[in-house]
This record gives sequence, structure tokens and C-alpha cells, in this order.
Amino acid sequence: MVDRFMEDKTKRVDVDITGVDAPKKTINFDDLKTGGFIKQKQKDLFTVRLRCPGGRMDSEKLVEVSKIAQKYSKEGVVHFSFRQSLEILYVDYNDFSDIVKEIEALGLKVASCGPRVRVPTACGGCEYNPNGLSDTQGLAKMVDEKYFGTPTPHKFKTSFSGCPIDCARTNEMDMGFQGVVDPEWVEDLCTGCTICAEVCKEDAILADPETGKPIFTEANCIYCGDCIRACPTEAWIAKRQGQIVRVGGKHGRRPKNGFEVARFLPDAKVPEAIEKTIEWYTTNGERGERIGTVLRRLGVDHYVDFMKPVYGEFALKPKKPMEYDPS
Amino acid sequence: MSDDIEVKESIDLRGVMCPMNFVKAKLKLEAIETGEVLEIVLDSGEPIQNVPKSIKDEGHQIVDVKKEDGFFRLKVKKN
Repeated sequence: MVDRFMEDKTKRVDVDITGVDAPKKTINFDDLKTGGFIKQKQKDLFTVRLRCPGGRMDSEKLVEVSKIAQKYSKEGVVHFSFRQSLEILYVDYNDFSDIVKEIEALGLKVASCGPRVRVPTACGGCEYNPNGLSDTQGLAKMVDEKYFGTPTPHKFKTSFSGCPIDCARTNEMDMGFQGVVDPEWVEDLCTGCTICAEVCKEDAILADPETGKPIFTEANCIYCGDCIRACPTEAWIAKRQGQIVRVGGKHGRRPKNGFEVARFLPDAKVPEAIEKTIEWYTTNGERGERIGTVLRRLGVDHYVDFMKPVYGEFALKPKKPMEYDPS
Repeated sequence: MSDDIEVKESIDLRGVMCPMNFVKAKLKLEAIETGEVLEIVLDSGEPIQNVPKSIKDEGHQIVDVKKEDGFFRLKVKKN
């Protein structure tokens, strides 16, 4: 099939694409790197997927992209993909070289398909979202720059959520990072106003009926930081801030939840965690096997042991995630 | 925190949804001088979960909180 060709071949492949309407022409698929061109139902037409890490784009570039779409999309439409990238629909394969040139002249790139590290997705994060606990956009940019396109046994999807609302669905990623904060109560500053108990949606904080002061049950806490943000007297402070790391989740035909393998991992350790995880995955995974399958085949401890030098004190003893059961 | 804080203005935001309750509080705050105090009455639940942190984000100071029956009475010092 044509699209498998384009997604999986990494060697130079010259393909004779003589068609009834098209002039005889060969396309060097090596120039097209590793995909980002997806076959449509319609004869000769492909979707061209751009790389938009974290779903962010300068507005100036967006204007230029829309001009390119206007020029090359036979129907004049774009689609916002489920992984936050812009896709130009209905592009004739004869225009591939030209459209890539124009996209790259803007400083943008074509995305990828196939067995490799994909474009990371991310929410707005702490830059402008009041709930945000982590610089998700910065981290997504870093992953895109450092690891995009790294070959892996199967696709490797990453995402970054700034808070436990987890809009970026870190639980469904091959590797997902979600911002968390560990709250600490400073008794001297507390006035017993009960706002923290009121804002805590998890029943981790209840107000003492006598004094109004918080009674904290850590087992219920999901580390969202609502108490810290709401406290009028700064009596809740951030003891430590970092990432929950989830590995081995996926959506698709057989969805699987990720294993929670580390908590409060400092942002500075994220690149190392990704690098080492890819190393474990490429060493132990068979071709066509997602990391979640490898984890379940070898046992999650196999991975956690390997990751000890990176996760250290932040490592968790992973519990078996709740599994999707279609029966 | 005490009852003898002089209140310049007061606004009852019970029944006003987020984020309009915050926007209304903000407009009231704009109408008073720095250092003066606005009293805000907020429902329990979402309003009390959201409005105090937004007030803090904008740099104002919550100087008094009273919980009453199903609602809160806050005193906010404009900064």
C-alpha cells in the first residue's frame, strides 16, 4: 500500500507513479523524510501534516500557512488533528516537493508517521493557565527539538499536562508527564478561614469544626495545588513541584492505561527520563510492539529497575493500572 | 483578621456564576482606591473555589474571611 511505503521506508525509494492523468515522474521519498503525508480516499490526494509541538504556532506563520493551504489544498481546507497539528487536506502528490519547500521556508516542518518519536502534545501549562503547575509548552518544544523522529520499535507518543485535570491525556500516552505540587501547611500563618477545605475537591482537606484549621489526608490528595492558590494567607506552600510520569498507555483499538512510575520528578530530569525510556524500549521492544505491551510482557519492575538512576527517590512502586475491558 | 476593618464598598455576588462574579468584583475594585477594602459575598462551591485565587493572581489581598450559612464574606484590600 502506498501509505505504508511512505510511512515506513527509511531508505531511498524511487517510486514510479505513472498515472492516467499524471505525467511520468519519480518522487524521492528520502527527501520527504519520514512521512507526514497521509493517503486520502481520493485518488492522487494526500493530507500533509505539519509539526506543531504543543499545538502552538505564531499567528504570523498561521497566516502564511493558510496561504499555502489555499494554494495547494484542492478543497481549500485544513483540519486540526487530534494531536494538535495542522493538516492541509486534499494535496496532490505531484506538489509534495513544492509544498514542503514553502512550509520549510516559513521555519515550519512536516510531521511524521510510523515507528518513531512523534510530535509532543501539551496544554497551555503554567504560562497562562491559572491551574498550570508546569511549563508544558517549554517541555514539548524541548522534546520536539531533541527527540522528534528518533526511531523506536513502534510509534512513541508523548504529552504534557500542566495539572491533574490532565487535558493532554498523559494516561493514554506511551510516555506522559503531568505537573504536580506537594502542598505543605504552615500552621503559624493559618487563620482557620476554611477556604482550603472548601476548595479541595478530593476531600483531602477537611476543616476542624472547632478551629477551622485543615485536617489533611494525603492519601486523598492528587497534588493539584488548589489549596495553595486559594489560601489568603499563604499558609499552604509548595514543598516540591515536578511531574508525575506515566508510561505504557495508549488509545486506539485496544486502549490501555499507563503505569504511574514516578512522582515529583523535577522538570530538569525530564530529558534524561525520556532518553533512558527510549533506550529501554528500543533494547527490549520487538518491531511493531508498543512500549505498554513490552511493559506488560516483561513486567513493569524490569523497566523501573532500569530507570532507577534517573527516577531515584521519585520512583513509585507502580500499581497495575485499571485496564479497559470491552467484554 | 478582625471585624473592625473599614469597608469602603460591598458587593453581594450570591447567585452570580463564574467568571462573571470575579469580573463584577474586579469592576468594583477598580472603583475604589489602593489600600481601601471591598467586601465580597460569595456562594460556597465553585465561586469560593475560583474567586479568591483570581483575586490573589491580580495582586490584591484577602484580609478577612467569614464563613456563614452556605456562603462566605471576604474582605479584599485593593493593591
